[in-house]
Amino acid sequence: MASASERKMRAGPLNALPVALFLLIGFVAPLLAVIGYSFMPARTFSLLQAPTLENYTGVFQSSSYISFLWSLGLAAATVAILALVCYPVAYGLARVFGRWSTLLTLLFTIPLFVSENVRLYGWILFFIKNGVLLGSIKSMFGVEFESWLFTEGIIVMGMVYVYLPFMLFPMTLGVSMVPVETRDAAFDLGATRWQVFKEVDLPLSMPGIMIGFLLSFVLAVGALVEAKVLGGQRVIPIVHEIELAFTYAQNWPLGAALAVLLMLVAGALVLLVLRRFDLDVILGRR
Amino acid sequence: MTTRAPVIELRQLTKSFGAFTAVNGIDLVVAEGEFFTIVGPSGSGKTTVLRMLAGLESPTGGDILLRGERINDVPANRRPTCMVFQSLALFPHRTVGQNIEFPLKIRDVPPEERKKRALQLMAQLRLPEDYYGKNVTKCSGGERQRVALARALAYNPDILFFDEPLSAIDYKLRKTLEKELKDIHRETGKTFIYITHSLEEAMVMSDRIGVMRLGHLVQVGTPNEIYTAPNSKFVSEFIGDVNILPVRLAEGGRLQSDEHGATFSAPAMPANFSDGHLVVRPESMRIIERREDAENVLTGKLYNEYALGSRIQYQVRVGERVFIVERLRQQALVGRLDTDVLIGWNARDSILVGD
Repeated sequence: MASASERKMRAGPLNALPVALFLLIGFVAPLLAVIGYSFMPARTFSLLQAPTLENYTGVFQSSSYISFLWSLGLAAATVAILALVCYPVAYGLARVFGRWSTLLTLLFTIPLFVSENVRLYGWILFFIKNGVLLGSIKSMFGVEFESWLFTEGIIVMGMVYVYLPFMLFPMTLGVSMVPVETRDAAFDLGATRWQVFKEVDLPLSMPGIMIGFLLSFVLAVGALVEAKVLGGQRVIPIVHEIELAFTYAQNWPLGAALAVLLMLVAGALVLLVLRRFDLDVILGRR
Repeated sequence: MTTRAPVIELRQLTKSFGAFTAVNGIDLVVAEGEFFTIVGPSGSGKTTVLRMLAGLESPTGGDILLRGERINDVPANRRPTCMVFQSLALFPHRTVGQNIEFPLKIRDVPPEERKKRALQLMAQLRLPEDYYGKNVTKCSGGERQRVALARALAYNPDILFFDEPLSAIDYKLRKTLEKELKDIHRETGKTFIYITHSLEEAMVMSDRIGVMRLGHLVQVGTPNEIYTAPNSKFVSEFIGDVNILPVRLAEGGRLQSDEHGATFSAPAMPANFSDGHLVVRPESMRIIERREDAENVLTGKLYNEYALGSRIQYQVRVGERVFIVERLRQQALVGRLDTDVLIGWNARDSILVGD
């Protein structure tokens, strides 16, 4: 007879089996397939060819690297703007707004229930020539402006809008983790408000800020619809390039190679940040 | 003490949070170099007083004077005062050295000088030198106390505030740190204003003690004055185990206890006394063999005994009331549990107080 603890030990992996299987089939297998395809000759649909590196070398010879740069650049700009916009709001939610915080949080959350595409098309109606904004200005003041649609700026704006909650909420958590007495102590020891922010608030809320950075950056690097819808395909981000390779171009190996490269770049950045900011150290657990 | 100049003066200091008045019209003068302790149960407003003194709360009424100048509106970072917080509020992302150097860094003191001062303070507070680079979160409770105190001293304030910094420390270490703190007070000559809910802690360290209750400062005096002459039932109970009997003034200047149907001889009586409480400390209450051995005597049943190290505490039931008597270990009563005993006290060992 197995003892109770032995049975308990066996029950753990056994209970995890369905999830493990699901992850294996739903996550690991496609990932391996993509990696496999990235080493196959161009425009083939079989995984049983002789492996080659031509897809990877091809990326750097074609213009695909520009899409990479666009995606990384747009994501970096988005994260930078998000950081500036979200910190004061996060500070307010965590410290100032009190019971209004719940309502505000709700207001920030509700748009997530509406499809991203629908929200972005709403923006189109708002910003398009003779649309809500420019149309109203024209009829009221008789002045006509160029629409901001289909510019790089509006893409960044759209991305900031879409990924805001992913920066705001981790940041709010980060700010709320700073003990009030620690801030008081710094102030009491002669620090100005700016010094309190720089020496206490910022470093102690860093875990939340970093999680916000990573979440929004990884999501923004994979952003597609903002450029397609708001940018009018003026900019082709890397995800769009991957989609094109898999669909119109019917070149799975190229698409797979681009996808692998994207994962490597994003993964490297994440690792870099996590290494630079060891969350446990920041939290003082080690 | 009285010859020293006043450093802090509170005039009708008041703080309300909405409809709740946390601090209600406090008047107090603390002298230069004094170790003053404010004692009170939680919710008595003592932390609020300290936070107003530090500049972390602003008063809703009254004035705070520092050497005669009103500082109500001077923010915390521009007051020559520093606080050691209950949580210590150390910077967890900084080393011991960086914590201590913080106020110096804020003032742009050059790094070498900062380090020199930090090491000096660490030596003064008996922190090993190699702790300089240690993460504060890895320090023990007592070490963290010392870091917090060193950091406050690095600010070089005229007045140091302490908000129950020892409340989370175990008994033995607390006793050590209490003494160390008093030593530091003597070495630095700075004014210390200390807050605690433990009168015992206050007694050990303070020059004077103020007792707070429900936002009021109900008594201010030296530890000896507070102990021997509490001015209310509240203060006398706050000091520790004590026997309290409700009494009223009866014929011939004696005190009538309705509960026990007896009269007692009275100690010095406050003016216009009509009814109140008779306080007898456990060490003044005695278990006696003959009625003639004390001026006031009650008969009760020896109900239980507790060893308190050098003394033994006895509980004696008289009617519904339990009296506490303390004796030296050498005078322990043997085999007397559940028997009738006489307890008694002399009028001069008792105190009459109001509510």
